[in-house]
Amino acid sequence: MTKIGLEIHCQLTKLESKLFCYCKADYRDIPPNSNICPICMGLPGALPMLNKKAVEKATVLSLALGCQIPKQISFFRKNYFYPDLPKGFQITQYNAYGKTSIGSDGAIQIEGREIKIRRIQIEEDPGRLVYEGSSEKTQITLVDYNRAGTPLVEIVTEPDFENPRQVRIFLNILADLLENLDVSDPYLEGAMRVDGNISVEKANRVEIKNVGSFRDIEKALHFEITRQQSLVERNIPVVAETRHWDEARKITFSSRSKEEEQDYRYLPEADIPIIHLVQSKIEALKDNMPESVVAKKERYVKKYGITPQVGDVLSSDKFYSDLFEKAHTDTNAKEVANIITTDLMGVADTREKKIELKITPRHISDLADAILNNQITRNSGKLALQEMVKTGKSFSEIIVSLDLGNVNDESSLEKIIDEIFEEEKKAVLEARQNPDTVNYIVGKIMRKTKGKADPSTTLEIIRKKLSF
Amino acid sequence: MNLGISATEYLSLIRNGEISAEEFIASTLDRVHAVEGKVHAYITMDEQNALNKARSIDKKIKAKERTGLFLGMPISIKDNICTSGIRTTCASKVLENFVSPYDATVVSKLKYEDAIIIGKVNLDEFAMGSTTEFSYFGPSRNPWNPEYVPGGSSGGSGVSVSALECMISLGSDTGGSVRSPASFCSVVGLKPTYGLVSRYGLVSYAHSIEQIGPVARKVQDVAFVLNTIAGHDPHDDTTVEKGAVDYVEDLDAGIKGKKIGLVQQMTEDGVDKEVSAATNSAISKLQDLGAECIPISLDSIVHSVAAYYTIASAEASSNLERYDNLRYGFDLGTEGYEFKAYVSKVRSNFGPEVIRRMLLGAFVLSAGYYGKYYLKAQKVRAMMKSQIDEAFKKVDFLIAPTMPILPFKIGEKINNPLTLYLLDINTIMANLTGIPAISVPFAISNMGLPIGIQIFANSFQEKSLLQASYALQQTTRLPEVPL
Repeated sequence: MTKIGLEIHCQLTKLESKLFCYCKADYRDIPPNSNICPICMGLPGALPMLNKKAVEKATVLSLALGCQIPKQISFFRKNYFYPDLPKGFQITQYNAYGKTSIGSDGAIQIEGREIKIRRIQIEEDPGRLVYEGSSEKTQITLVDYNRAGTPLVEIVTEPDFENPRQVRIFLNILADLLENLDVSDPYLEGAMRVDGNISVEKANRVEIKNVGSFRDIEKALHFEITRQQSLVERNIPVVAETRHWDEARKITFSSRSKEEEQDYRYLPEADIPIIHLVQSKIEALKDNMPESVVAKKERYVKKYGITPQVGDVLSSDKFYSDLFEKAHTDTNAKEVANIITTDLMGVADTREKKIELKITPRHISDLADAILNNQITRNSGKLALQEMVKTGKSFSEIIVSLDLGNVNDESSLEKIIDEIFEEEKKAVLEARQNPDTVNYIVGKIMRKTKGKADPSTTLEIIRKKLSF
Repeated sequence: MNLGISATEYLSLIRNGEISAEEFIASTLDRVHAVEGKVHAYITMDEQNALNKARSIDKKIKAKERTGLFLGMPISIKDNICTSGIRTTCASKVLENFVSPYDATVVSKLKYEDAIIIGKVNLDEFAMGSTTEFSYFGPSRNPWNPEYVPGGSSGGSGVSVSALECMISLGSDTGGSVRSPASFCSVVGLKPTYGLVSRYGLVSYAHSIEQIGPVARKVQDVAFVLNTIAGHDPHDDTTVEKGAVDYVEDLDAGIKGKKIGLVQQMTEDGVDKEVSAATNSAISKLQDLGAECIPISLDSIVHSVAAYYTIASAEASSNLERYDNLRYGFDLGTEGYEFKAYVSKVRSNFGPEVIRRMLLGAFVLSAGYYGKYYLKAQKVRAMMKSQIDEAFKKVDFLIAPTMPILPFKIGEKINNPLTLYLLDINTIMANLTGIPAISVPFAISNMGLPIGIQIFANSFQEKSLLQASYALQQTTRLPEVPL
C-alpha cells in the first residue's frame, strides 16, 4: 500500500510584522535587503521579540485542524549552517521533550477518510539565496534577507494519504481554510510550500523537497510512485533518501545531500520565555473563529435549501461566500447562490478578474429578487449581470438601458403570439398535431420579444390557444 | 583633580560649579594615558566624542536646560555590549572591525541620562574566562600589582574603575565575570537578578544565565547606576515587568535584625587562609551591626561547576554559530577559497578557550548526548534553585568569599583550564539560579592583593542586598590603589 505524508510550510501572510522584530512580514516586490534590522539580521547582541499575533493565528489554525493546544508553548533553536540563516540557527518549536508546539494530534476528514495532523509549529523563514545568472554553475550567489524572520507555521501530517488525489483534495481544503481563517493568502508566490514523503509497497521511504508550488506536489508524487513501482518490479531496492523536484523537467532527482543525517543540536530558546496559554483566551479565539467551510456548506444546504453541489462550490471560495453572505435575504438566498455559482463565477474565474469586478452585493440581491418576481427572465438576468460586472451601474438603470424588463401583461403577450401565429401558420398546424414541436413557436416569440417574454406564461397562452 | 570621588560627590561638585564635565573628562583621559601602559584596561577609546559631549553638557548646565542624571560622568563599557559608532570586538579577532548600528538598551539609557562613554574595555574573548588573559588584544593587568591577573571576564571593567580610568563601568556576568574582577581589583560589582536588566545589545555567550551589571568603587554608585539601567525592555522578552524601585533611597537602612547564612560549601575546601580570615572578619562586623549569622549547607554546589560549563558551553556553541564573516567581522579576503573552506578559515580565528567551549557545547547538544549532559545539567540547576528557595526561607542573605583564592600571576594557570574553571565555584550559583549577588571589597592581603566578600539575596531583592552591602562597605577603610 502506498503511504504519503506531508510537511506544509505556510507563511502567516496576514500579519503586519515578522515573527521576532518590527520589519514587515510582506517582503515581496521590494529591493533586496531593504526589509531588515539588527534582529532579523541576527546582529551580535540582538534578541528576538515574539510577535504575539503569530501565536494567535497559529492557535486559530490549530483549533481549526482539530489539534490539542498545550497549556504552555516554548521555542527551540535548530542549529545548522547556511548562508541564508543569519543567526546560524532557526527559531522553531520541537516536541521531542514534551509537546510544546502550538498544536498536535489533530485530524481532518476528506471524503470520509481521516488525515491525522501530527503537529503544527511556529517558526521563522530564512532569507533567500539568489543565483546570479540563474545557472547552477554560476560563481556568484547573492543573499537577500528580506524574507528572514517571516512568520511560518509548519503543518506535519501522518502518512495517511493513499494516493496523490487525496493529497490534492487535502491541500485544497487546507488552502481554503487558511484563507477563510484569515491566517494566510496561500496563493501568494512562496506562501505555501509542500514537502512530501512517500513509500510504495515493499519500498523505503523517500522525501520529496523543493516543490515550488503546492499544485506541483501531486505531479511529483505521481512521478515518484511510478519510479518506485518500476524499481520494485525489477527487484531494485528503493534507496531511502531525499529527492528534489525539478520543476522544468517534471521529475524528482536524488539530491545526494546528507540532510537527513544532519544533527541539528536542538536547544531550548531561552531568549523567549515559556508562554502560558490562557484557557479563556483560547476559548475566546474559538468563539470568534470564522465558520469552517464544512459548517458553512451545511448551513447553506439546511437553511436555504441550496443544493449540496452549489453549497460546496460557494462555501469553499471565501470571496464568493462573503459576497453571498452580504447579498442574500431569507427569500432570495437560493437564487443568489445560483447567480453567483453559475453566472458570476463563469465571468470572473481568476484572482485578477475578481479584483476588477464592479459588482456589489446589492446588484446581486436586486437581480435575484427581479428573477423571483418575474420581472426579468434568467436569460436577461445573465445580460444584466454582465453589464453590472463591467459598469457597476445599478440594476434598475441597466434594466431600462438594455430594455430587459419582462413582457408580462398577458394582453400584450397575446398580441405578439397572435402575430406569430399569423406568420407561422404551418408551424401552428404542426403543433396542433404534435405538441412537442411547440418549442419552435416559443422560440419565435422569444426572438420577437428579445427574450423578455416569460417562457412559462408564453407557453400557457399558446396551450390555451391551441387547446391542448 | 581627585578622580577617586564617588558619583554622589561628583554630582555635587558639578552642580556647585566647582568642576566642569569637560575638566573631569579631560583629567580622566589624562589618567588613562598615564596608566594604560601598565594595566591595559581599554580596547578602544572614544576621546574626541567624549570631550565634545562633556562640553555640550557643560553648556546645558550653564543654560539651566534639562540635563540627565549622570551629568557627564565618565563610563567605560565592556566590549561585548553594543555601542553605535564605537566598535564592539568582544576581544575577538572575529569581530575586530564590527561596529554595531545600534546601542544596547543599557547604553542608550545611560546616554539619555548624559553619561559619557569614554571607551570600550577588555575582556576574555566573548566573555569566556576568569582572568582576562584570553583577549585577542592581550591581557589586562591588576592595578594592585600589574604582574597579577585582574580577574575576569570583565577584567577591563574592574581595572578601569579600580585604576581611576573611569567612574563607573558596565560589565557582564555569566559565571562571575563582574564579581571576579571586582574582587580581584578591590571594587564593587553587582550581578543583578536574571531579567532585571535588559540584555538587548549584550553579545550573547550563555544567554539563559548572564546579566549586565555595574562596577563602581562605592556601593552607592552601583545603586545609582542600577536605578537607570534596571527595568522591563520590550526588546528583551526575558526582562520582568516590575514597578520601579529606588535603589539609592534608604541605602543606609542597615542590617540590624537580618539573618545571614554562611554558605559552607563556599568557605571550606580550597579556600585561601587570608580569604577565610577576611570572611570571618566580615561576618563578625556584620554581627556587630546587629545581624545574625548561621551556617547554611547547599550541597548541590558540588555539581555546579560541571552544570555551569555544560549549559554555558551548549549555549555558546549555538550563539557563536553566526560568526561567518559574511555580513560583518574582520578583514579576510575571499580570494582563493571555496565557500566552505572560507568559513572554516574564518572560524579558525577564534581563540583557544572559545574553540574549547564551542566544541564542548556542540558535543553535549549532539543527538544521543543531550539527555546525558544538557538535561542533567538543567536538573542540577533546578535542584540548586529549590535548595536556594529553601535557604531563603531561613535567611535574608547568603555570604561567602567572592573568589576562593587571592589574585595570581598572569600566565600562572592559563594552561590548565580545569583549575581555572574551578575558581568559579563561589560565583556560578547565582547565575544558575538567577539570584542577585554582589562583591564588596573588604580586605587587602599581606602581599597587597584585594579580597572581596560576596553577598547573595533572593530574586529581585537588590534593594535589601545593596543595603547590606552598603553596611558592609562602611565597616572598612581600604588603602588607595598603589598605581
